[in-house]
Amino acid sequence: MFGWEFPPHNSGGLGTACHGLTRALTTADIDVTFVLPKALDGFDRSFLKIVFANIRNVKIRTTNILLRPYMSIESYDEYLRSTPERDLYGLNLFDEVRRYGLQARAIALEEPHDVIHAHDWLAFRAGIEAKRASGKPLVVHVHATEFDRTGGNPNQYIYEEERRGLHAADCIITVSQHTKNIVVKHYGIDPEKITVVHNGINHHEHQKHLPPTLSHIKAEGKKIVLFVGRITIQKGPDYFLKAAKIVLDYDPDVLFIVSGSGDMENRMIRMAVDMGLGDKVLFAGFVRGDDLLQLYRAADLYVMPSVSEPFGLTTLEALANGTPVLVSKQSGVQEVLTNVLKSDFWDVEDMADKILSVVDSEGLRETLRYHGARDVEHVTWDRAAGKCVTIYEDILNGK
Amino acid sequence: MYFGLVGAHPLGSRLLQPQGDCAPAAPKLQLKLKHADVILKFKILHNIYFMPSVCFYFQVHQPYRVKRYRIFDVGNDHNYFNDKSDKDTNNEKILHKVARKCYLPTNALLLELLNQHPEFKISFSLSGVFLEQLEEFSPETLESFQKLVATGRVEILDETYYHSLAFLYSKDEFKHQVQLHRDKVKKLFGVTPTSFRNTELIYNNELAKAVEEMGYKAILAEGWDNVLGWRSPNFVYHSPTTTNIKTLLKNYRLSDDIAFRFSSQDWKEWPLTSEKFAHWVNQVNGNGHLINLFMDYETFGEHQWEHTGVFDFMRALPGQILKHPDNNFVTVTEAAEKYPSVGEFDAHHYVSWADVERDLSAWRSNGMQHEALGNIYALEADVLATKDPVLIHDWRKLQTSDHFYYMCTKWFADGDVHKYFNPYETPYEAFIAYNNLLQDLRLRVKAALEARRKLPSSREVKVTHMKDEQEFIRKISVPRKYAV
Repeated sequence: MFGWEFPPHNSGGLGTACHGLTRALTTADIDVTFVLPKALDGFDRSFLKIVFANIRNVKIRTTNILLRPYMSIESYDEYLRSTPERDLYGLNLFDEVRRYGLQARAIALEEPHDVIHAHDWLAFRAGIEAKRASGKPLVVHVHATEFDRTGGNPNQYIYEEERRGLHAADCIITVSQHTKNIVVKHYGIDPEKITVVHNGINHHEHQKHLPPTLSHIKAEGKKIVLFVGRITIQKGPDYFLKAAKIVLDYDPDVLFIVSGSGDMENRMIRMAVDMGLGDKVLFAGFVRGDDLLQLYRAADLYVMPSVSEPFGLTTLEALANGTPVLVSKQSGVQEVLTNVLKSDFWDVEDMADKILSVVDSEGLRETLRYHGARDVEHVTWDRAAGKCVTIYEDILNGK
Repeated sequence: MYFGLVGAHPLGSRLLQPQGDCAPAAPKLQLKLKHADVILKFKILHNIYFMPSVCFYFQVHQPYRVKRYRIFDVGNDHNYFNDKSDKDTNNEKILHKVARKCYLPTNALLLELLNQHPEFKISFSLSGVFLEQLEEFSPETLESFQKLVATGRVEILDETYYHSLAFLYSKDEFKHQVQLHRDKVKKLFGVTPTSFRNTELIYNNELAKAVEEMGYKAILAEGWDNVLGWRSPNFVYHSPTTTNIKTLLKNYRLSDDIAFRFSSQDWKEWPLTSEKFAHWVNQVNGNGHLINLFMDYETFGEHQWEHTGVFDFMRALPGQILKHPDNNFVTVTEAAEKYPSVGEFDAHHYVSWADVERDLSAWRSNGMQHEALGNIYALEADVLATKDPVLIHDWRKLQTSDHFYYMCTKWFADGDVHKYFNPYETPYEAFIAYNNLLQDLRLRVKAALEARRKLPSSREVKVTHMKDEQEFIRKISVPRKYAV
């Protein structure tokens, strides 16, 4: 399995998804060798071993490639400039991807395997090279496309890489019907070749006993509305702020919290200040682990206003922590959830209307909490892994 | 119980229960033994040899659905029911559609049958909000109902004008709404009802007593096994709390064979013919007095579409039933007068005819429903104190049970959205619209009460025109738009 990030060194849902899926696959008696590109800021193997101690049959292999998730060409170049020379192997992203591919070839010859499974575009070339080396079938797993990440303005190079991987694959997995549609429409793929495998969640990770947080704010009767995600164009943070503005015109006792970081962060902070929401919108930075769980639990509503969201794992996390959610209709996660509120990402008035109803009505919150938590009970990694195993079996049996 | 649109029925899960017989064999036997002497007494006293009477009763109702009402409309828009869009919250559109598919053709058919068979009789309950919509949108449909009543063999039952759950929240309001319905029926049909049925057959002992005190001779209820036990619904019963009023129980097996299973091709009895149905009726001969076929009127042409053959079935049915010389037809009040009670129907808990549960969970099973119901009835004293007829009428229209039904998450939670229909996309949308307009209603109430306080008591302010009222409220609205 070729990936590009793994917790705790993840900056988004991809690492969480790879972790969840891998763990469930190993319980389904699949031996997984997970290949990761080496990250320059110190890929802590000892720490990882601790993290994976409870996962059987998983080997972590790293290559010495300078690749990091969610990196654009521009940020990568900047990253290269700021990196000590000794760590550099390639001159640009293209070279790095090629190097990862070459390494993958060697790994594929060393490590016994039946199926190659590559997650998202940076690993696609590695998957293709591994297939060339071993002749084993290639499954590519699409967690996001360049169209999602850029709000519809794809980088040509990344698009080409994605397209090459999708066409080289024997089978394609997308995390939602939403993503399948994009892959069919923009990459010229036969829909028959694509299977939708919705992501899942490890429920036990969200059932911890934790002390409440932000209780002083709640004690004042304030309601908390939460955003969790990278602050990038894809996640729609600007729509969140616009909706917040309308909500606060009607009800000043609502506090908006933005958790995450990203290239739009400074712009969003400025935007909030310009809208006069300086003390009503808190930017909490990147929050993970128990802190994040506490934040979900403190919130009266979790909002995911993504412009194009292939899945939206944070929504499941919020629901598993008993928080009602409002998700954009342009998301994959809404395909598996019925008891959530849904709005078009651009319809900030509809979003505000729904937020106001939730903060106003305990009956609505209670119903969403109760039924939302029941919805998410069935959305597990075991189910996702089971579908993957079927795909492996079908492909190996030549179906 | 009619909840909206076309095709699928909200109670679809009941559709495939294996049915077709009127009552299981064993209970019948037990019944005979247990009641042998009672039955003999009746035979002698009343010279009745158990010729079963068939009692057709149809519920006809359409709610005033509330339009998509957003927080931004609060304080600006006081017309909650006037959706003119293509959506299914457009009441006029729905009424015209159902009139075309069901009311007009079925009324014509029933009139034909009444003319053809002098023995044929039927009973209806027409909710006040339905009658009001007929007056407003479809006078020809109203006229066709009037023609049926004019035959003298069509009985109209009373109910709450607003098809509400008022009995659960306010006995005063309940009585008031029944009186309003009585007045409406008198005005439109020239008759005064003598029997009663509560919204969606919601019933318990306390209700039976209250309705008896209001002077009615009969009340309808679901012949639900949990209350009946081994006993048959094909007799007249009474509540332990009452002395005179009779309780008529829906034979839900036979009723639902028509209402829910008629067009189900997975049902072993499909296709259902009038001969077969009449045969099932005849099987009751000797084992019961009365077969109560209670159903939504929209069964004909709307729940069961014309192409299923439901009209042809109904056209032939009275003739088939009358082929057996012992059979006859009765209206609800006639049944109560003709047959004595054979025992107690002891309903401590509420029963209704809704869903597999036959309880109140269709309207009261989640937090949204409880909150919405609590909120609307909490306004009672204030709304009535305004003495503003428009405001009071709006408040009452918001009590119609359908609003709370639309907020139900029972089937929605199972992802069974198709079997459950609703003019709103989700129960949450239904609640949000309702909750928002309650903010507006509260503002109007507050404004009206303040206006009354400012006036000398001798001068009553009458704000009857919607336009004046809007002007009036806009002037004195508080700045934070939905704060009350």
